Amino acid sequence: MEKALVLAASAIGAGLAMIAGIGPGIGQGFAVGKACEAIGRQPESSGAVTRTMFIGCAVAESTGIYAFVVALILMFINPFLGKL
Amino acid sequence: MKVSDFFQGVKNVEIGGPKIAFSFDVFGVKINVTETIIISWAIVLGLTLLVLFLTHDMKKKPVKKRQVIAEFLVETVDNLVKNTMGEKFKAFGPYIAALFASSIFGSLVSLIGLRSVTADFSTTLTWALMSFVMIETAKIRTDGIGGYLKSFINPLNIISEVSTPVSMSFRHFGNVAGGMIITSLIYFALTGLSTAIGLAVPVFCIGIPAVLSLYFDLFSGFMQAFIFIMLTMIYIESACSKE
Repeated sequence: MEKALVLAASAIGAGLAMIAGIGPGIGQGFAVGKACEAIGRQPESSGAVTRTMFIGCAVAESTGIYAFVVALILMFINPFLGKL
Repeated sequence: MKVSDFFQGVKNVEIGGPKIAFSFDVFGVKINVTETIIISWAIVLGLTLLVLFLTHDMKKKPVKKRQVIAEFLVETVDNLVKNTMGEKFKAFGPYIAALFASSIFGSLVSLIGLRSVTADFSTTLTWALMSFVMIETAKIRTDGIGGYLKSFINPLNIISEVSTPVSMSFRHFGNVAGGMIITSLIYFALTGLSTAIGLAVPVFCIGIPAVLSLYFDLFSGFMQAFIFIMLTMIYIESACSKE
Protein backbone atom coordinates (compact mmCIF):
# COMPACT_ATOMS: atom_id res chain seq x y z
CA MET A 1 0.00 0.00 0.00
CA GLU A 2 2.77 2.36 0.99
CA LYS A 3 4.68 1.41 -2.14
CA ALA A 4 1.68 2.17 -4.35
CA LEU A 5 1.29 5.54 -2.66
CA VAL A 6 4.93 6.45 -3.25
CA LEU A 7 4.79 5.33 -6.88
CA ALA A 8 1.62 7.34 -7.51
CA ALA A 9 3.08 10.43 -5.87
CA SER A 10 6.28 10.04 -7.94
CA ALA A 11 4.25 9.85 -11.15
CA ILE A 12 2.25 12.94 -10.21
CA GLY A 13 5.48 14.73 -9.27
CA ALA A 14 7.01 13.85 -12.65
CA GLY A 15 3.98 15.29 -14.38
CA LEU A 16 4.13 18.46 -12.30
CA ALA A 17 7.86 18.83 -13.00
CA MET A 18 7.24 18.83 -16.73
CA ILE A 19 5.06 21.95 -16.43
CA ALA A 20 8.44 23.68 -16.67
CA GLY A 21 8.35 22.78 -20.37
CA ILE A 22 6.06 25.78 -20.96
CA GLY A 23 8.84 28.29 -20.29
CA PRO A 24 11.43 27.13 -22.83
CA GLY A 25 8.67 26.64 -25.39
CA ILE A 26 7.57 30.25 -25.18
CA GLY A 27 11.14 31.50 -24.98
CA GLN A 28 12.41 29.54 -27.94
CA GLY A 29 9.42 30.51 -30.06
CA PHE A 30 10.05 34.15 -29.26
CA ALA A 31 13.78 33.83 -30.09
CA VAL A 32 13.13 32.09 -33.41
CA GLY A 33 10.51 34.67 -34.35
CA LYS A 34 12.93 37.51 -33.69
CA ALA A 35 15.67 35.69 -35.66
CA CYS A 36 13.30 35.35 -38.63
CA GLU A 37 12.57 39.08 -38.42
CA ALA A 38 16.29 39.85 -38.36
CA ILE A 39 16.98 37.61 -41.36
CA GLY A 40 14.08 39.23 -43.22
CA ARG A 41 15.59 42.64 -42.57
CA GLN A 42 19.20 41.67 -43.32
CA PRO A 43 19.32 38.48 -45.40
CA GLU A 44 23.11 38.73 -45.81
CA SER A 45 23.72 38.18 -42.08
CA SER A 46 21.60 35.01 -41.90
CA GLY A 47 24.58 32.80 -40.99
CA ALA A 48 25.56 34.73 -37.90
CA VAL A 49 21.93 35.19 -36.84
CA THR A 50 21.18 31.48 -37.16
CA ARG A 51 24.28 30.51 -35.17
CA THR A 52 23.48 32.96 -32.38
CA MET A 53 19.86 31.82 -32.36
CA PHE A 54 20.82 28.16 -31.94
CA ILE A 55 23.07 28.96 -29.01
CA GLY A 56 20.38 31.10 -27.41
CA CYS A 57 17.79 28.39 -27.94
CA ALA A 58 20.06 25.78 -26.37
CA VAL A 59 20.69 27.97 -23.34
CA ALA A 60 16.96 28.68 -22.98
CA GLU A 61 16.28 24.98 -23.27
CA SER A 62 18.34 24.10 -20.22
CA THR A 63 15.59 24.81 -17.66
CA GLY A 64 13.31 22.47 -19.57
CA ILE A 65 16.03 19.85 -19.55
CA TYR A 66 16.53 20.13 -15.79
CA ALA A 67 12.79 19.48 -15.38
CA PHE A 68 13.04 16.57 -17.81
CA VAL A 69 15.90 15.00 -15.87
CA VAL A 70 13.95 15.37 -12.61
CA ALA A 71 10.87 13.79 -14.20
CA LEU A 72 12.88 10.88 -15.61
CA ILE A 73 14.54 10.22 -12.25
CA LEU A 74 11.15 10.26 -10.51
CA MET A 75 9.64 7.86 -13.04
CA PHE A 76 12.41 5.33 -13.64
CA ILE A 77 14.85 5.43 -10.73
CA ASN A 78 12.17 5.86 -8.01
CA PRO A 79 14.48 7.35 -5.36
CA PHE A 80 11.75 7.56 -2.69
CA LEU A 81 11.07 3.83 -2.62
CA GLY A 82 14.33 3.37 -0.74
CA LYS A 83 13.20 5.77 1.96
CA LEU A 84 10.24 3.63 3.10
CA MET B 1 20.20 -1.92 -27.97
CA LYS B 2 21.52 -5.44 -28.36
CA VAL B 3 21.57 -7.36 -31.64
CA SER B 4 18.92 -9.78 -30.40
CA ASP B 5 16.57 -6.84 -29.84
CA PHE B 6 16.28 -6.36 -33.57
CA PHE B 7 14.67 -9.79 -33.93
CA GLN B 8 12.68 -10.10 -30.72
CA GLY B 9 11.94 -6.49 -29.91
CA VAL B 10 12.38 -4.75 -26.59
CA LYS B 11 10.13 -6.45 -24.06
CA ASN B 12 10.91 -4.43 -20.94
CA VAL B 13 12.40 -1.02 -20.30
CA GLU B 14 15.51 -0.97 -18.14
CA ILE B 15 16.86 2.44 -17.34
CA GLY B 16 19.81 2.92 -15.06
CA GLY B 17 23.39 4.01 -14.90
CA PRO B 18 26.25 2.46 -16.87
CA LYS B 19 27.01 -1.17 -16.09
CA ILE B 20 30.06 -2.01 -13.98
CA ALA B 21 32.49 -4.17 -15.92
CA PHE B 22 34.77 -5.03 -13.00
CA SER B 23 36.02 -3.43 -9.82
CA PHE B 24 39.22 -3.55 -7.80
CA ASP B 25 40.47 -2.29 -4.46
CA VAL B 26 43.15 0.34 -4.02
CA PHE B 27 44.12 0.65 -0.33
CA GLY B 28 40.61 -0.24 0.76
CA VAL B 29 38.90 2.14 -1.68
CA LYS B 30 36.67 0.34 -4.13
CA ILE B 31 37.12 1.56 -7.70
CA ASN B 32 34.50 0.59 -10.25
CA VAL B 33 35.48 0.35 -13.90
CA THR B 34 32.25 1.09 -15.75
CA GLU B 35 31.18 0.85 -19.37
CA THR B 36 31.74 4.59 -19.67
CA ILE B 37 35.42 4.35 -18.75
CA ILE B 38 36.11 1.52 -21.20
CA ILE B 39 34.27 3.22 -24.09
CA SER B 40 35.97 6.56 -23.29
CA TRP B 41 39.40 4.94 -23.50
CA ALA B 42 38.39 3.30 -26.77
CA ILE B 43 37.35 6.71 -28.12
CA VAL B 44 40.61 8.31 -26.95
CA LEU B 45 42.57 5.52 -28.60
CA GLY B 46 40.55 5.76 -31.80
CA LEU B 47 40.91 9.53 -32.02
CA THR B 48 44.66 9.32 -31.37
CA LEU B 49 45.09 6.74 -34.11
CA LEU B 50 42.94 8.79 -36.49
CA VAL B 51 44.98 11.94 -35.86
CA LEU B 52 48.26 10.04 -36.21
CA PHE B 53 47.02 8.59 -39.50
CA LEU B 54 45.87 11.97 -40.83
CA THR B 55 49.09 13.81 -39.96
CA HIS B 56 51.49 11.03 -40.92
CA ASP B 57 54.06 11.80 -43.62
CA MET B 58 53.13 15.43 -44.29
CA LYS B 59 54.61 17.38 -47.19
CA LYS B 60 54.93 21.13 -47.63
CA LYS B 61 52.65 20.86 -50.63
CA PRO B 62 49.90 18.33 -49.91
CA VAL B 63 50.00 15.36 -52.26
CA LYS B 64 47.78 13.04 -50.23
CA LYS B 65 44.08 13.40 -49.51
CA ARG B 66 44.48 12.86 -45.77
CA GLN B 67 46.73 15.87 -45.37
CA VAL B 68 44.11 18.04 -47.07
CA ILE B 69 41.49 16.70 -44.64
CA ALA B 70 43.75 17.37 -41.65
CA GLU B 71 44.48 20.93 -42.85
CA PHE B 72 40.78 21.56 -43.44
CA LEU B 73 39.91 20.42 -39.89
CA VAL B 74 42.63 22.54 -38.27
CA GLU B 75 41.68 25.58 -40.33
CA THR B 76 37.98 25.24 -39.49
CA VAL B 77 38.67 25.11 -35.75
CA ASP B 78 41.16 27.98 -35.95
CA ASN B 79 38.66 30.16 -37.83
CA LEU B 80 35.89 29.35 -35.36
CA VAL B 81 38.10 30.25 -32.39
CA LYS B 82 39.31 33.43 -34.11
CA ASN B 83 35.79 34.56 -35.02
CA THR B 84 34.40 33.88 -31.55
CA MET B 85 37.25 34.87 -29.25
CA GLY B 86 39.53 37.06 -31.33
CA GLU B 87 43.01 36.75 -32.79
CA LYS B 88 44.97 36.63 -29.52
CA PHE B 89 43.18 33.53 -28.18
CA LYS B 90 44.36 31.30 -31.03
CA ALA B 91 46.17 29.06 -28.53
CA PHE B 92 42.82 27.71 -27.30
CA GLY B 93 42.24 25.98 -30.66
CA PRO B 94 43.62 22.52 -29.73
CA TYR B 95 41.67 22.39 -26.44
CA ILE B 96 38.43 23.36 -28.20
CA ALA B 97 39.02 20.83 -30.97
CA ALA B 98 39.77 18.03 -28.48
CA LEU B 99 36.67 18.86 -26.44
CA PHE B 100 34.48 18.97 -29.54
CA ALA B 101 35.85 15.72 -30.96
CA SER B 102 35.49 13.75 -27.73
CA SER B 103 32.03 15.18 -27.12
CA ILE B 104 30.69 14.41 -30.56
CA PHE B 105 32.22 10.93 -30.75
CA GLY B 106 31.07 10.26 -27.19
CA SER B 107 27.50 11.07 -28.17
CA LEU B 108 27.51 9.38 -31.57
CA VAL B 109 28.98 6.13 -30.25
CA SER B 110 25.36 5.19 -29.52
CA LEU B 111 24.85 4.80 -33.29
CA ILE B 112 26.89 1.59 -33.25
CA GLY B 113 24.97 0.18 -30.30
CA LEU B 114 27.21 1.19 -27.41
CA ARG B 115 26.14 3.34 -24.49
CA SER B 116 26.77 7.05 -25.04
CA VAL B 117 29.70 8.26 -22.96
CA THR B 118 27.99 11.61 -22.45
CA ALA B 119 24.88 9.91 -21.02
CA ASP B 120 26.95 9.52 -17.83
CA PHE B 121 26.99 12.57 -15.62
CA SER B 122 30.62 11.97 -14.56
CA THR B 123 31.87 12.59 -18.10
CA THR B 124 30.10 15.88 -18.68
CA LEU B 125 30.89 17.07 -15.14
CA THR B 126 34.59 16.40 -15.80
CA TRP B 127 34.56 18.46 -18.98
CA ALA B 128 32.59 21.26 -17.33
CA LEU B 129 35.08 21.36 -14.42
CA MET B 130 37.98 21.51 -16.89
CA SER B 131 36.38 24.49 -18.61
CA PHE B 132 35.57 26.02 -15.21
CA VAL B 133 39.23 25.86 -14.15
CA MET B 134 40.24 27.54 -17.42
CA ILE B 135 37.65 30.29 -16.96
CA GLU B 136 38.76 31.00 -13.38
CA THR B 137 42.43 30.97 -14.42
CA ALA B 138 41.66 33.51 -17.11
CA LYS B 139 39.87 35.68 -14.55
CA ILE B 140 42.76 35.53 -12.06
CA ARG B 141 45.25 36.31 -14.81
CA THR B 142 43.27 39.39 -15.88
CA ASP B 143 42.30 40.86 -12.52
CA GLY B 144 45.10 39.58 -10.28
CA ILE B 145 44.37 37.54 -7.14
CA GLY B 146 43.24 40.61 -5.18
CA GLY B 147 40.83 41.76 -7.85
CA TYR B 148 39.53 38.22 -8.28
CA LEU B 149 38.81 37.86 -4.55
CA LYS B 150 37.30 41.34 -4.48
CA SER B 151 34.58 40.22 -6.90
CA PHE B 152 33.25 37.87 -4.20
CA ILE B 153 32.33 40.70 -1.84
CA ASN B 154 28.87 40.33 -3.29
CA PRO B 155 27.93 36.76 -2.25
CA LEU B 156 25.58 36.37 -5.20
CA ASN B 157 28.66 36.19 -7.42
CA ILE B 158 29.67 32.92 -5.75
CA ILE B 159 26.36 31.36 -6.80
CA SER B 160 26.74 32.60 -10.34
CA GLU B 161 30.30 31.21 -10.52
CA VAL B 162 29.31 27.79 -9.15
CA SER B 163 26.27 27.55 -11.41
CA THR B 164 28.43 27.76 -14.55
CA PRO B 165 29.82 24.18 -14.49
CA VAL B 166 26.57 22.79 -13.05
CA SER B 167 24.42 24.20 -15.83
CA MET B 168 26.92 23.30 -18.57
CA SER B 169 27.22 19.68 -17.44
CA PHE B 170 23.50 19.17 -16.76
CA ARG B 171 22.54 20.58 -20.15
CA HIS B 172 24.80 18.18 -22.04
CA PHE B 173 23.97 15.18 -19.85
CA GLY B 174 20.23 15.84 -19.86
CA ASN B 175 19.99 16.15 -23.62
CA VAL B 176 21.91 12.96 -24.40
CA ALA B 177 20.44 10.86 -21.57
CA GLY B 178 16.94 12.08 -22.40
CA GLY B 179 17.40 11.13 -26.04
CA MET B 180 18.65 7.69 -25.01
CA ILE B 181 15.67 7.06 -22.74
CA ILE B 182 13.15 8.31 -25.31
CA THR B 183 14.69 6.04 -27.96
CA SER B 184 14.39 2.98 -25.71
CA LEU B 185 10.79 3.94 -24.85
CA ILE B 186 9.98 4.20 -28.58
CA TYR B 187 11.41 0.71 -29.19
CA PHE B 188 9.34 -0.59 -26.27
CA ALA B 189 6.15 1.04 -27.56
CA LEU B 190 6.64 -0.17 -31.15
CA THR B 191 7.33 -3.72 -29.96
CA GLY B 192 4.14 -3.59 -27.93
CA LEU B 193 2.23 -2.39 -31.00
CA SER B 194 3.60 -5.25 -33.11
CA THR B 195 2.73 -7.82 -30.43
CA ALA B 196 -0.78 -6.40 -30.06
CA ILE B 197 -1.43 -6.92 -33.78
CA GLY B 198 -0.11 -10.48 -33.47
CA LEU B 199 3.23 -10.32 -35.26
CA ALA B 200 6.15 -12.31 -33.85
CA VAL B 201 8.77 -10.10 -35.50
CA PRO B 202 8.46 -6.41 -34.56
CA VAL B 203 8.12 -4.94 -38.04
CA PHE B 204 7.35 -1.46 -36.72
CA CYS B 205 10.84 -1.29 -35.21
CA ILE B 206 12.30 -1.14 -38.71
CA GLY B 207 12.78 2.37 -39.99
CA ILE B 208 10.50 4.38 -37.71
CA PRO B 209 13.00 4.73 -34.82
CA ALA B 210 15.71 5.71 -37.31
CA VAL B 211 13.88 8.93 -38.20
CA LEU B 212 13.56 9.90 -34.54
CA SER B 213 17.13 8.84 -33.87
CA LEU B 214 18.18 11.37 -36.51
CA TYR B 215 16.99 14.13 -34.19
CA PHE B 216 17.72 12.64 -30.77
CA ASP B 217 21.17 11.19 -31.52
CA LEU B 218 22.68 13.01 -34.50
CA PHE B 219 21.25 16.52 -34.25
CA SER B 220 21.13 16.67 -30.48
CA GLY B 221 24.61 15.24 -30.04
CA PHE B 222 26.12 17.62 -32.58
CA MET B 223 24.23 20.61 -31.20
CA GLN B 224 25.24 19.95 -27.59
CA ALA B 225 28.91 19.48 -28.52
CA PHE B 226 28.82 22.77 -30.44
CA ILE B 227 27.07 24.62 -27.62
CA PHE B 228 29.50 23.25 -25.05
CA ILE B 229 32.53 24.60 -26.92
CA MET B 230 30.77 27.86 -27.78
CA LEU B 231 29.91 28.50 -24.12
CA THR B 232 33.47 27.63 -23.06
CA MET B 233 34.89 30.09 -25.58
CA ILE B 234 32.42 32.85 -24.71
CA TYR B 235 33.01 32.49 -20.95
CA ILE B 236 36.82 32.52 -21.33
CA GLU B 237 36.69 35.47 -23.69
CA SER B 238 34.45 37.52 -21.42
CA ALA B 239 36.63 36.63 -18.42
CA CYS B 240 39.70 37.99 -20.23
CA SER B 241 38.20 41.29 -21.36
CA LYS B 242 38.32 44.14 -18.88
CA GLU B 243 35.41 46.50 -18.73
